[in-house]
Amino acid sequence: MDNVTGERLKVKRDSSWILDNIVTIIFVVFIVFGFIVSRGVSVNFFLNELTSRIFRNSFLVLSLIIPVLAGLGLNFGIVIGAMAGQIAIAIVRYFGLGGMSNLLLCFAIAFPFAALFGYFAGLLYNKTRGQEMIAGLIVGYFANGIYQFLFLFTVGKIIKVNPTHPMINPSGIGIRMTVDLVPVAEGGLKYALDNIAKIPFMWAVLIVAVSILALIIVKNLKSKNTKKDLMFFVNIALCILMIGISVFAIATNNSLMLVNEVPVVTALLIVALCVFNELIIKTKLGQDFRSVGQNQHIAEVQGINVDRTRIIATIMSTVLAAWGQIIFLQNMGTLNTYNAHTQIGMFSVASLLVGGASTSKANIKHAMIGTILFNAMFIMSPEIGQAMFGNALLGEYFRTFMVYGVIGLALGLYVWRQNKKLVNKLDE
Amino acid sequence: MTEIKENRNGFKDIVTKIGLPTLIIAAFWILTLVTAAFLDMSISTLLSDTIKRAGMNGILVLAMVPSIQSGTGPNFALPVGIVCGLLALVISIELGFVGIAWLLVSIALAIPIAVLAGYFYGKLLNAVKGSEMTIATYTGFSIVAFMCLIWLMVPFKNPKMGWFIGKGLRETIQLDSVGGAQLLNNFLEFKIGGVIIPTGLILVFLFFCLLMWLFTKSKTGLAITAGGMNPKFSIATGLDINKNRIIANIVSTVLAAIGIIVYSQSYGYAQLYNGPLMMAFSAVAAVLIGGATASRAKVSNVIIGVVLFQGLLTTALPVANEIFVGTDLSEIMRMVIQNGIILYALTQVKGGDK
Amino acid sequence: MSDNLLNIKNVSKEYYGNKVLKNINIELKKGEIHALIGENGAGKSTLMNILFGMPVIHSTGGFEGKIEIEDKEVNIKTPHEAMDYGIGMVHQEFMLIPGFTIAENIKLNREITNPNIVSKVFGKRYETLDYKKMNEDARKALDTLDMDIDEFTTVAGLPIGHMQFIEIAREIDKTGIKILVFDEPTAVLAESEAKNLLKAMKKLASTGIGIIFISHRLDEIIDVADKVTVLRDGEHVATKDIKDTSAIEIAQLMIGRKVSIDRSESAERKTTDETILSIKDLHVAMPGERVMGIDLEVKKGEILGIGGLAGQGKLGIANGLMGIYPAKGEIIFNGNKLELNNPKGSIKAGIGFVSEDRKGIGLLLEESIELNIAFTAMQINNEFLTDLGLLKLKNSGKIRKHALEMIKDLDIRCTSPSQKTGRLSGGNQQKVCVARALTQNPILLFVSEPTRGIDIGAKKLVLDLLLQLNQEYGMTVIMTSSELAELRSICDKIAIICEGKVEGILSPLASDAEFGLMMSGSSKLADERSGS
Repeated sequence: MDNVTGERLKVKRDSSWILDNIVTIIFVVFIVFGFIVSRGVSVNFFLNELTSRIFRNSFLVLSLIIPVLAGLGLNFGIVIGAMAGQIAIAIVRYFGLGGMSNLLLCFAIAFPFAALFGYFAGLLYNKTRGQEMIAGLIVGYFANGIYQFLFLFTVGKIIKVNPTHPMINPSGIGIRMTVDLVPVAEGGLKYALDNIAKIPFMWAVLIVAVSILALIIVKNLKSKNTKKDLMFFVNIALCILMIGISVFAIATNNSLMLVNEVPVVTALLIVALCVFNELIIKTKLGQDFRSVGQNQHIAEVQGINVDRTRIIATIMSTVLAAWGQIIFLQNMGTLNTYNAHTQIGMFSVASLLVGGASTSKANIKHAMIGTILFNAMFIMSPEIGQAMFGNALLGEYFRTFMVYGVIGLALGLYVWRQNKKLVNKLDE
Repeated sequence: MTEIKENRNGFKDIVTKIGLPTLIIAAFWILTLVTAAFLDMSISTLLSDTIKRAGMNGILVLAMVPSIQSGTGPNFALPVGIVCGLLALVISIELGFVGIAWLLVSIALAIPIAVLAGYFYGKLLNAVKGSEMTIATYTGFSIVAFMCLIWLMVPFKNPKMGWFIGKGLRETIQLDSVGGAQLLNNFLEFKIGGVIIPTGLILVFLFFCLLMWLFTKSKTGLAITAGGMNPKFSIATGLDINKNRIIANIVSTVLAAIGIIVYSQSYGYAQLYNGPLMMAFSAVAAVLIGGATASRAKVSNVIIGVVLFQGLLTTALPVANEIFVGTDLSEIMRMVIQNGIILYALTQVKGGDK
Repeated sequence: MSDNLLNIKNVSKEYYGNKVLKNINIELKKGEIHALIGENGAGKSTLMNILFGMPVIHSTGGFEGKIEIEDKEVNIKTPHEAMDYGIGMVHQEFMLIPGFTIAENIKLNREITNPNIVSKVFGKRYETLDYKKMNEDARKALDTLDMDIDEFTTVAGLPIGHMQFIEIAREIDKTGIKILVFDEPTAVLAESEAKNLLKAMKKLASTGIGIIFISHRLDEIIDVADKVTVLRDGEHVATKDIKDTSAIEIAQLMIGRKVSIDRSESAERKTTDETILSIKDLHVAMPGERVMGIDLEVKKGEILGIGGLAGQGKLGIANGLMGIYPAKGEIIFNGNKLELNNPKGSIKAGIGFVSEDRKGIGLLLEESIELNIAFTAMQINNEFLTDLGLLKLKNSGKIRKHALEMIKDLDIRCTSPSQKTGRLSGGNQQKVCVARALTQNPILLFVSEPTRGIDIGAKKLVLDLLLQLNQEYGMTVIMTSSELAELRSICDKIAIICEGKVEGILSPLASDAEFGLMMSGSSKLADERSGS
């Protein structure tokens, strides 16, 4: 990943910085503006909301990185991965299983489903080369139809179930609109992961800030490049500031210590996925992803099986999304059987784009920054609507507009600049 | 022996000529109709509904023709035109028009608004060549979300469309209140053997089909088609492809705007807010079912497609309800068919080279 | 036991009954540079496809004859097997990924990996890359070529000469490389870069690698090769030691006389002294056919031929003037300045164009013959229209009438004027293109590769048609073609384009050697000869 970022910086230096980061800038400005106008939002409320959302969504957003590397663009099709996750949860809950071990069972059950779905999606993407993103979006809608058929009809009609089971509709056919996942203490899945271990928020900030600082310094010592740019110092200063704030809060036990505790195991899983994404790039497979992503024709000529590589990337993304959805749902505590998956493709893609990613480049930094900014916008939007116009609904509509708009803007800008580059090349 | 062979060839020719998706959907529709007959349902009611729904969706589907012909692909940003139509429609109500005047003023207002919107939308598409479909989809989504803000904030005073409390417009506006419901449908309406023919609606749809057909035979229309079919040829012939793509998308947007007004009057309600969000997809599916591809479409594709698709949907709903009581199988079927056909069309798009 | 690395013995190849290679014999020794020369379509690329086991050979029925490597007969079925036998190719177009470092490119799909815990379970593809070893290997390969550029530099932005060397480095990094094929390696290089490359080739040869050097540049062949083999129309014309031959002889062998030119030299050719088109310093950015500074004068009423090898820029001239590819330069046409990059302007000024890319640019394959014929005149000159005020509708009656006339005049074989052009044969498609150009009433007609992909009978018809247009209507014709014979059969004079410039203008009756030398950019050598 160092390499990818390295390239990015080198190539981009000559183009306009603002245009590169326009989406990120818009979001930062919007959130800051939100804090200024809406005095009603307490820092603690904001941080509570934000942290729980970040832990819920990061895994899903991170599952988008591999397809971008492999040149498939943003995989709107992770919706089908989410469906696989929900199938697994439905099965596990039907048999009344719960607790940490059965959450692992969910992961295991989701795997073959997601792998199969991913395989089909990969085949489709190979047939719709160049239009993968719209195909991914539509395949989500298409699969949703089949998913509903499965959950509403086959359950009870073809698949024999106990008609009086609390998950099943009173008619004995189909699964209910909402399924309670039941807290772990009562033998369910709710917080099965989150509640294993928790630490105070400020301690978490301290740990994260220290590790990032350590990472930056170690990376810097390793690279031979002795010239340090401005961002390097800004990053270090930010880390030190965060360390300062958290140490102060812990020492004085001020109001920041009242922010909800954060789930350690979920955090560790997210970190593990980050590490996985980093490591996969350093393998032969990862190099093939990158080769295929940069130029399919050359990769093919050099003997890389392009189609297979793209399918593997899609399968990986789909499986990770399935697991991400399971993490998401154990935190939510209820399964919205027919709605929980429909939006996650778009929300995750929007998050990644807000972090500064594009159709052809995405890394962990983009995913994490994007998740934070996107969810902050989500929290602030109704507040701004309330504060500015006395109408929270307006804020909610605005939020939807931001989601669609950000995807449209980021994708559109990317294609536009790509086309312009092509024209310039011809002019040479 | 030879005869059989010839027959087979003949069959194959028919399949390639009409197109496999069209045949499958047609067969499926006939199957549901037969089932309906066996279930003792009123076929004439089903056919009446089919005709009505085909007529009301027709112009929206027709909007696909110019954009596909110009090479920008199916107009996934149909909501751009739709919100223009809706805007014109509510302005016309706000200005106090009722009845046929309301309809005419709505259309008259819709055209300039849609021309403007279509112009900028066409410019956008020219900037993002190669990814038109994806960008168009999100342009459509964004505009719908943006208009949600407008509907909520617009300072219109007419009580027929406001919330009972607070500012902004209602989610669904009853057109009864302005005497706008089924205006066209009722014009010269008659019955043949129990089947209701909404003459006015059908005439309007066919009128626009005729206009569109003439347009494809005009100098500009031919230039647009050539640009879509073979851009290199068009450049060599001295055509301004970008200009033609813009014209095509203006026409498409205007048709969408008029289409939603005709749709709303037949439906009896104008649906604001998220109503138009997914409308593009069913229109795209209809034209594809009619035998169009992502790069070629004719007026005949529109007529065949909208009748088959709407026919299947209207027939399948009661049939499915009869067989699977208390469920919404037809909505699921719509999702699978509609998106399945779009996916099929996407796999046929060229230019997916490595 | 000879010390031959490679023997190509009696190799022949047919594509669908069409013999494209006949009894080719080539021997390549260790450390030898063997040049391969021939016009387009002489069979060079087919021969290389056989050597590399390309799928196109085996899917069309394989080939006859034998290939031996180090005197052992081999059966190469895939490019991968060719690699295993130690055969490498330096491609004309670079197979480099710009975003990767030099080392990553050299090791593309041959990365060095180390096993890790995961890979032990899931397999080799999950092994970790060993960047250090990859960089070391890359360094070694670069050192062999005396390249002192850092192996961890990204390829994007490097000069073209460097990229060529990285391609070579990739080949010599492959273990056991014995035979290296260079396909027109100097075509994209500047002079000094080309010199470096030739030096590197000599150095590689001195280490024992056998090199096959495909080039059209005679001076380079004379400079570095030990032997030269000339192919013409799929036949093995000759193999000579360089010390026993000369550029002039090679050029002569390369052109030969394919068919007797039936040039009916008519006395009443009415060329004038009046210049109708004057081109000054024309540059055209047509990919693969770049024009880099052409000056040319065309007289009213003449048939000017433009010839040259593929990729030298001859096709770029017409495409540039018609505004299809970005162009700059000073053009005077019919007494007026012609604005470039404006296709509409060029057509309006009275220039017709029959493109070399018949199916890509020339026709709307899914539309009818009649519409294709009328299309340009309708769009540009507003002909064949009925004006309804708001809409201008096409006038089907007028179009049909005109199409029928054209079909008769040009003898287009079709079922009806409404037949789709995609269903016509190549020759008839070409006639439709000509008919469309004529419908515009042009003063000057560009015709590019008019006989490409048409059978022999139709070829003659098309050429006769051009001659007829010129003689009966006094139309000036500029015909661009890769087939020298057809240029020589109807043109008044022939401009030979080499490396984007006019190498010289010859009479159609000039000798083969003169044509050959000019096409390979060695007209200097010709001057020397005539001087001596």
